[in-house]
Amino acid sequence: MQIFPFIIVVWIVAIGLYGIVTSRHLVHQIICLIVVQSSTYVLLLGVGYLNGGTAPYFFDIPLHTRVVDPVVQALALTDVVVEAAVTALLLSFAIQAHKRFGTLDPQELASLRG
Amino acid sequence: MDQLFALAVTVPLAVAAGICAVRPFFDRRRWLLDLAAIVTAASVVVMLAFIMVRVRGGDQVYWFAGFRPSHGVAIGIDFEAGSLSAGLATVGAVLVTAAMTFSWRYFERVATYYHALMLIFLAGMTGFCLTGDIFDLFVWFELMGVAAYALTAYRPEERGPLQGALNFAMSNSIGAYFSLSGIALIYGGSGALNMAQIGAWASRHPSSRLVVVAFLLILAGLLVKAAILPFHFWLADAHAVAPTPVCVLFSGVMVELGLYGIARVYWSMFSGGLGHQQGLSRLLLAVGVATGVVGALFCFRERHLKRLLAFSTISHSGILLAGIGLLTPLGLTGAAVYIIGHALVKGALFLCAGIVLHRLGTVDEVRLHGQGRPLRVTGLVFIVASLGLAGMPPAATFLAEGWFDEAAPGWALAIALACAVVTSGAVLRAGLGVFYGLGDPPFEDPRQAQEAAEETGETETGRHRTPLTMIVPAAMLAGAAIAVGCLGFTGLGTAVQAAAVRFQDQRAYIATVLHGARVSHPVALYPPGPADVSPVAVATGLALAAGSVAFALLTLYRRRLRLPIRRWPRATAIAEGFQSGVINDYVAWLVLGLACLGGLIALIVR
Repeated sequence: MQIFPFIIVVWIVAIGLYGIVTSRHLVHQIICLIVVQSSTYVLLLGVGYLNGGTAPYFFDIPLHTRVVDPVVQALALTDVVVEAAVTALLLSFAIQAHKRFGTLDPQELASLRG
Repeated sequence: MDQLFALAVTVPLAVAAGICAVRPFFDRRRWLLDLAAIVTAASVVVMLAFIMVRVRGGDQVYWFAGFRPSHGVAIGIDFEAGSLSAGLATVGAVLVTAAMTFSWRYFERVATYYHALMLIFLAGMTGFCLTGDIFDLFVWFELMGVAAYALTAYRPEERGPLQGALNFAMSNSIGAYFSLSGIALIYGGSGALNMAQIGAWASRHPSSRLVVVAFLLILAGLLVKAAILPFHFWLADAHAVAPTPVCVLFSGVMVELGLYGIARVYWSMFSGGLGHQQGLSRLLLAVGVATGVVGALFCFRERHLKRLLAFSTISHSGILLAGIGLLTPLGLTGAAVYIIGHALVKGALFLCAGIVLHRLGTVDEVRLHGQGRPLRVTGLVFIVASLGLAGMPPAATFLAEGWFDEAAPGWALAIALACAVVTSGAVLRAGLGVFYGLGDPPFEDPRQAQEAAEETGETETGRHRTPLTMIVPAAMLAGAAIAVGCLGFTGLGTAVQAAAVRFQDQRAYIATVLHGARVSHPVALYPPGPADVSPVAVATGLALAAGSVAFALLTLYRRRLRLPIRRWPRATAIAEGFQSGVINDYVAWLVLGLACLGGLIALIVR
């Protein structure tokens, strides 16, 4: 494992969280959440990467070829599915908020509460 | 019969998919839909009860598709059921059954997806409890989460539910991504996703930096779920606005699942490799007690019934974390028993709040003052349940006090008991005021009144009778809490203690999962602890209940007694500043909390 992917991961998490904390727009905030999540893809793939490794399809390559770890790719795929579900749900909340209350600013939504 | 393990999650998932598929069929047959959901939830209770009977002698492992481990390497994915994990899943399934029965008449019109989501939530809880694979733990966690977010925003035409669901979803998702990062790191080190195999690897690499960082990250996600300070802000927002039957599940078992996750992850994977048990225990104890205090203070100043109950959940969650955080079998035993008792009485309390909302159209304690007199049975159940919350014998919660007495250091115990008095005193205050009209007549505080008045439209209000399907589940839950407490006189405690000892034995866990060993433990391994109901526990329970009643009466009659209790506008402003409802703030707190936690753990394992 190299150190480089991990620096990238920390950087992506940091900008994503910064975006969420400073954002004044729900859709922007949800996109920032996706950014935070995408750090986990980089981390997963970085963990399973092997220098000089090839794709792990043992169909037309000899048995002892160096391949990258297929497990993390499966995990990343599952992660994508989870992300799709959460994002779709959150965006539908944002649409509802806009329809009903005409604002997408989290602070305005909170102050409207009472 | 091994298939029972798989069926406990596939049946609710399949039924959920089924009722979505044939949705038009249910349009005119609403009762059939409710019946299907109730029967499914009840059948899961039965299946889990069978599993509990089967694992009472020792944990059992089920490998999906029969991919058994070979030479200590797990190939497939497993479900690992012990008494504690299966027991918690059973409690969850019981609550789902009660909540589904309650919602039969509660919602005038209900969409099919409500039932489907509840069943998916049930499957998520069961899978989370039983899984033996760390990545699956994350997937079940998220499945449960997505169902929960959608259920929170069940009535999106109002502002509260949308905002509560957004805060809930954002906080929990960020927590989940931290957990996933931790899982990825530990996988990178150990090359395994099976918790037993990771545990074996971590024990061979004690105190490696990777293990510490992975533990911190996985812990963060679970702490968000468990609503521990400073990750707890989402909980009150979500609980106040979710439909009442859903609140039963959120408060009764979802928060506790986060705590269970911490215990499971710690004792299956990290206890051997992490070391520094004493320092970690102190940290968890301190965080837990602090959460208990903050939750109790917020609970006390609240007058929106559901928010009040939500803050009491935060407080109890902190106390439970402190119990688990003692990292001893006695502490875990106390926490396990307390979780059962708390789930049952909190469920009953939320259902009573739902009945109040159904009949009287509001959950504002002040506006309801004395209005609940016609609701005799509901009032009775509410008072019994809130005394149970205080830990009055024979409700199951009092059993836990015996173990906490034995296991916890004095200062922590004193604070925990004070928190219990304040929270259950606040709940009792609400109950006595609403159902019996005790206390000074209220005066209005327009700001909070408006907030509390928003809670409408969830159910058809102004009914003259409480439907039986609503009061019976509440009474049954309160009765079950008392029944479980009575079991304490016949050896429940010894059984739970044995289960806790088994739960904490990492070597036995690894041997069971990876090598198919059957490990049996001596039942009473810890003779210094009280094997069963002790006079101390009964006395503490009675004292707590008396304290709560006294506290409730004092706050109710504070003006007539001219007590120097004042509302400090400044403190109120600060408190509202914390609980701002703005997701940006909550995420900032989350990051800050994670940084502090990381710093403290770094100091401990230095």
